[in-house]
Parts: sequence; structure tokens; C-alpha cells
Amino acid sequence: MNASARHDAVVIGAGHNGLVCAAYLAKAGRRVLVLEAGESVGGCAVSGEIHPGYTVSTCAHILHLLHPGVIADLRLKRHGLALSAPDLATLALLPDGEHLLLSSEVQATRDSISRFSRRDAERLPGFRARLERFAGALRPFLMATPPRLANGTWRDRWTLIRLGIAIRRLGRTDMRELLRIVGICSADLVEDVFESDVLKGVLAFDSVLGSFLGPRSPSSAFNLLYRAAGESDGRRGALSHPKGGMGAVTAALAAAAKSFGVEVRTAAPVAKVAIEDTVATGVVLESGEEIAARTVVSNADPRRTFLDLVGPDQLDTDFVRRVRHIRMDGATAKVNLALDGLPDLGGSGPHMANARLLIAPGVDYIEHAFDDAKYGAFSAEPAMEITIPSLHDPSLVPEGGHVMSIMVQFAPYRLRDGGWAAHREAFGDHVLKTLAAYMPDLSGRILARQVVTPDDLERDFRVSGGHWHHGELILNQLFMLRPVPRFAQYRTPIDNLYLCGAGAHPGGGIMGAAGRNAAREIMRDWSR
Amino acid sequence: MSEAITSDFLMKTPFHARTAPLCLSGKWGRWAGYSSVDCFYSVTEEYFAVRTAASLFDMSPMIKYRVTGRDAARFVNRLITRDIGACPPGHGLYVCWCDGDGKLIEDGTVFRLAENDFQINTAEHNFCWFEDTALGLDVTIADVSEEFAALALQGPLSRLVLERLGLTGIEAMPYFGLAWFTLDEAPLLVSRTGFTGDLGYELWIEPGRAEMLWDRLMAAGKDYRLTPIGAAALEMVRIEAGLIEIGFDYIGAEAALRESRKRSPYELGLGWLVDLKKSYFVGKRALAEEKRRGGPRWRLVGLEIEGNKPAIESFIYRGRTEVGHVTSAMWSPTLKKNIAIAVLEAPYATPKADLWAEIWHPRELEIRKINAPCRVVRRPFYDPPRRKA
Repeated sequence: MNASARHDAVVIGAGHNGLVCAAYLAKAGRRVLVLEAGESVGGCAVSGEIHPGYTVSTCAHILHLLHPGVIADLRLKRHGLALSAPDLATLALLPDGEHLLLSSEVQATRDSISRFSRRDAERLPGFRARLERFAGALRPFLMATPPRLANGTWRDRWTLIRLGIAIRRLGRTDMRELLRIVGICSADLVEDVFESDVLKGVLAFDSVLGSFLGPRSPSSAFNLLYRAAGESDGRRGALSHPKGGMGAVTAALAAAAKSFGVEVRTAAPVAKVAIEDTVATGVVLESGEEIAARTVVSNADPRRTFLDLVGPDQLDTDFVRRVRHIRMDGATAKVNLALDGLPDLGGSGPHMANARLLIAPGVDYIEHAFDDAKYGAFSAEPAMEITIPSLHDPSLVPEGGHVMSIMVQFAPYRLRDGGWAAHREAFGDHVLKTLAAYMPDLSGRILARQVVTPDDLERDFRVSGGHWHHGELILNQLFMLRPVPRFAQYRTPIDNLYLCGAGAHPGGGIMGAAGRNAAREIMRDWSR
Repeated sequence: MSEAITSDFLMKTPFHARTAPLCLSGKWGRWAGYSSVDCFYSVTEEYFAVRTAASLFDMSPMIKYRVTGRDAARFVNRLITRDIGACPPGHGLYVCWCDGDGKLIEDGTVFRLAENDFQINTAEHNFCWFEDTALGLDVTIADVSEEFAALALQGPLSRLVLERLGLTGIEAMPYFGLAWFTLDEAPLLVSRTGFTGDLGYELWIEPGRAEMLWDRLMAAGKDYRLTPIGAAALEMVRIEAGLIEIGFDYIGAEAALRESRKRSPYELGLGWLVDLKKSYFVGKRALAEEKRRGGPRWRLVGLEIEGNKPAIESFIYRGRTEVGHVTSAMWSPTLKKNIAIAVLEAPYATPKADLWAEIWHPRELEIRKINAPCRVVRRPFYDPPRRKA
């Protein structure tokens, strides 16, 4: 314990989880300093100007997981968090100009699906309800500290028991079904129930978004549950747009943190965690400045935290092995466009106002896209999630202009044949070429284009492997296995060093749960 | 160990052409993929050669790693529990290395050939562990097992044999010292190390000159009753020396299937190899924690047992409670004592404990059970001053 330190905690990285964690610690009366390597706060939840007057969420673009408890506890609404679109529909585009619209309007959704399959239209509500029941059983555990299996305390055992009870309380049929689907692939899950390619494509897309998984990869079905477990401003599973883009969310978090007394320093990259005899005593900045702290909290991903900031000299070989084996190669890229007007979607046009657009016209389409990535190429025909936030947030663009934010699956971190520097623009061209089949006039409307590959994400946002979630969200890297077994309680082998980022439970997405859970564990240790 | 292996799927050591004709018993064993002589003619004679004259043991199958590079010393210090700073170039060190839980992976010797040039001698393959432990360091780790033929020359007359061989200055070589000589124009590394607990040396030479070394040694040792020995005699002397052996007295942490079978250095009596004051090494956190909690559950001890029946694989009792088991046991011809290495629960690992061993002893195909009182004694059982003198 570094009693003489001016700071009770130094948080490395002002991404959303770092800010959440810092805010909670400060709210409890602690002196907290957040150090951000970049010029501004936000991490992967930032907005950027890609053309004079045109602002768009650089990386993450849809808010659907931010925990209501975090919003309330940190008074984020008072600090500027607002939604420009609280409940986005899903508009799946098909190359022939057809579309499928899924929204919270039950009848409209039913009618839309019926044009492809009456059976599917009938079965979707039941499918969703079941998914929601499963998600409901899991939801409380997003905010719980994962239990330790060996050497656990009564609290660890109680968490396990509660999980068991939650699953058992689903009832016999649902429990069996949950246990059946938890490890299977999403293709099997949706093919069990539905017959229309377009609906299966939509569901399968959501199961692989942000992951290096295809619909036929094991455990991809679980991602649907995980996604459903998220909440947006109290609406379960709802997709929303924050006003001002994703940067506004972290701006609100930063404002909230500061209101509790958190000090935030930008352009202060941390080079090392200072460690004396297996205990963290502070950090050393790249500038050489040393900052002492009672506790060091890392919002950096586990690989960066342990291999770079701590270093193998302070760690055991077997632990380092586990960290090196975390699957964290990103496969999602982002293409952001500034447009001089809305693209022509033909007959689907009227529906885009309050929807995200999906290019995922079938399970096979997505799986083929994944196949390319599996062997080190970007997808010849990528699957995409597209938002046009300027439709309901005029503050992002000048009069008449629009911004389009495109999340592209798949763009593997390890690109064969020369790496991303040589292929970034070709990739951007390729995405637009694919989109041209759905929006023929799009390319003529582009004022500016920004391509963010996993390579860029690693360099500019300091995320190892460019993985959005600081490590694949896959069954074997979740809960008590995240980031590595035995260290899923936000604590690390180094005393007084904690993890608070997406690399820890419950993982990525703009959720804030990891930051909040970490703060709880840190304070628990402090009160010992 | 005693079955005759005739198939040539096992490799032959560089001394095979010399040892094979002498192996009259036909008793061969397998060691790290090599045929290794278990007994040439008589285990007893070979044993007494070590304790009373001079013995030659072909230890070429031993696995050897060469560690070089700017960070070689840093790597070794990250790996082992002892402080390599205490070992200047030209010296060796008996060491052990642990996993992150502080459980022993293996014990072995490290030779510091130069400031950042090491040879690590092991019984098991450790390449992956070494490589992974070297993450981020500027070191090259090479398996040089086949680049050296090695002989252990051990026994009270071993120094005289080397003097007769013409290794000038050998008499001044300290315990665990290293020295380089030239023999018939071949570079010869001599280390004052061994697995016998007696005065002795180990000799390392390029495989192509192995037979030359053998012949020159045997010639030099003619008047000193220099006797080739096999693994069976070596096993006897190493127990007397109180030395532990992987696979017998403990299971390496990387190989153990059951968590409970892994052992820390403190449990194996190797606490003196653990330097908690040096910079971080693999397992330090766990070992410091184990020490802080008052030490481990198990202790490896030496036992002296009444009677003359070896307590092989015996359970050890206090009253009617089982408190441990024997890992190695023998009748010591030199000490005239029935000795054993055993693992006991910590509270009973004291000379004051009133213990007995349950010995199952075969007598003309009939197994007899003997309850023999025993007591904890200090290891090594046999430790002549000449070992280090």
C-alpha cells in the first residue's frame, strides 16, 4: 500500500469503462486520476469530424448495452447523455430491392416477415420471448463479479448457486433449451426455427457482429443471448443512437466523473505500471513522469496491460501463456462516409428514417464472408450494419448533408499479403462496391471517407489485435474465464493492480459494466 | 528397467561402442530416448567402485540447453528460484525452477560459462517452458543435447584419475567449479558436479571425440580400479547422498495430472534454493505466500528404519494414522543402515515423531509385512568431507 500517494487510484485509459470506474471511485470520496494516451477521452466510444462540419461515431455507433444503473448512478442525463433515436428498427436490405423490417411494432414486423414466410412471422415472437427469458436469467450476472471456482469464498459459491437457481427457475423446458443452445452455433439455432433466409440472416448477423466468428462457429448462438441481455435506457434489447454520436456518451461520462472530483489528463500515455516487489505502486508515463498511487486500474486490454505495461519480468510464465492465448484478433472494420444527401434506397427508403440497415441477406452469405476472413482476406462480399445518425441528429452535419456509419464484417486483423497499410483503401472501395448493389447512387454522394481497420484500431486506439471487445466474446472467454481463469475478479497477479476494461467480465460493448464491477471490487479491497 | 531392449529404435550414446561390449548382464534401460546401461555386471561392485575407488557413468542422454544473448542472465534469473548473481562465470549452481503456483517443474544444474552464456542440464524436456519464460528477452535457447557427450567420473579416486590424465590444476578446482582443458586437441569441459554425493567430476566433450575420452580415462584409471557403472548403482549412491530425482521423489508440475501431486521447493527440502529477496522469478508470489502461511503441508525427509528390509513404497504411520509415504528406499551398504527418502505431513517431519513404516517384503515369493519403527534423520545420509574438499 502506497500510503503517501496523492491519488487513491490512477486509471489507465479514459475509455468508457475507465471513466465509469473512476466516477464510481470518486463518487465514494476517493481521489482519482485518469490518464489517457490520446488527445481526448472516449477510447472506442468517440465521435470524429471526417469532413468539415460532418461528425460521426468513429468506432462503436449504436448504443444498446449501456447499463441503466450506470446511467442513473452517474447522473449521465444531467451531464448531457441524450438519445436522438431511442429504439432503432432493423431494416435488412436485399439485392433485388426487397427488404425486411423488424421493429417493436408487432403487426408491422409480422407483415414484413409474412412476405417471406408466414411460418416465420408466426414464430418470431415466441423465439424472441424465449431469448428474452434466457437473457433475463443471465442479465443479473453481467453486473456480478464472476466467482472463483477453486479457493472460492462463500460469495463466490453464492454467485454460482444463484446462476444455477436462475437457470433452474426458467422451468424444465426452458432450462433444457438453454443448456442445449448455449454452446451451439447461431446458424443451427435459427435454422431450427425459421425458414426464410433473410430473417435467418438478420439474426445470424447479430450473433457475429464485432466478433471473429461466423454463424457456423461454435457458441455463436450465445452471443445472441448476450446481446439480448443488454439494455438501452431501460429498454431491453433496444438499439439507440446517442445525440452527438458515441463521443457524447463518453463526454457525459467524463463530465460526470469530473463532477465527482475525478481528474482527467489527456495526452498522458502510460509506459509502465510501477511495481515494487509484486505490488503496484503507481505508473510511469512515456514522458518519464512517475505518478504514485495506492491503486492502479487498467482500462487497457489484458494483453497490453500485462505484456506491455506490467511486463513478463513481473509475471509467471503460465500466466503469460494464458494472456498470450486470449483470442483477440479483431475482424470488424468501420467505414464512415460524409454524404451530400441521402442515398436512394428505392422502395425501402421510407423505412430508413428510424432504422439501422443490414446487409446480411442470409446465413450462407455471412458464413462465406467469414470464410474469407478465416484465411486472412477481407470478405469479398462483406456483411454490414449501417446507420445514418444524421437522420435524427441534425447537429452532426450541415444543412442537407448526412453521415453514414458502416460496420463491416469481416476484416481480419491478420491480413495476408502485405497487411492493412497496403489494403486499407482497396478495402474501402470494396465495401462501396458491395453497397452499390443496394444503393446505386451512393458513390456519387460521398464527400469524404474514413476507413478504420483493426490495424488502425490497434495503433490509434491502443487495442491489441484491434478487437472491439478487448478479446473475443466467446463462451470460453466469458464470465469466470475472462480475461483468464483465476483472474476474472478484476484483480490481477500484481497486488493493487486491477482491470476495469472490456477484457474483463462482462466484456465489450458500450456497457460500463466492467468499470462498475471493477470499482465495486476495488472498494471492497479498500475496506478490508 | 531390467528388460533387455534389443531393437534399435532407441538411440545409442556416443560411448555405446565402448559400453555395449562391457555390459555383460544385458541389462539396459531407457533414458530420454537412449539405451542406457542399467548394470554392467554387478550392481554391488559398481556401487563400491563409486564409494571406494572411481566410477565412470555415461550420462550423455542428459538434456542440455545452451542459453546465450544479451539478456541470458536475466532469463536464468527469471526462471530459477536462486540468485544467479551468486554464480560467477566459471561456476555452476544447483537450481530448481517452478511454475506460477510455486510448484517444482524440475531441479538441475546451471553452468555459467560466461557472463551471458549458460548451459542448463535437465532430465526432462523444458524447451517450451524456457522459451515461454524468455518472452520479451534477447536470448537464444538451444537444445544442445546431442552436441555433447558426457561422462560422470565419481569416487574418492576420481581426482587422481584426472591428474593421471594430465589435467593440470584439477586439484585446485572448487566444488561446483568449471574448467576447460584440451585433450588430444579436443576441447574438454570439466565440472566438479555429480549425482553421487562423493568427490566427483562431470566431463563434457564433442560426441566425435567421446570414444577417445573414454579410452584415455580408462587407461588413466587402470591403477585406480576405475569401473564403468550403470544406472542401478547410481540410484543407490544418489539415495545415500539424499539427492532427489524427478519421477521418483516428485512429479514435475508440468507433467503432473493431479494438482495435489505437485510439490513446492519447500515441500521437497529445497527451500534453501529459494531466494525471496531477489527480483521477481516465476513462482515467487506463490512461494512467498506459502512461506507466509507457515510452510507447506508436506515435507520431504530422510528416514532411518529398523531392520534391513528396504522400505520400498512403504506407507509411514504415526500410531494408526497414515502420515506419509516413502519415495526412495535402500539398504545402505556403506552406512550399514536401512534408509529412505519419504514425504511426510509437516507436523510429523521431525526427529521427535514416533513413526513406523509398513514394509511389504518378498521372501521367496511370499510377501511378509513388517512394521518397522523409523525416525526422521538429516539428509544427506552419507556426506564425506571429500565431496566439497
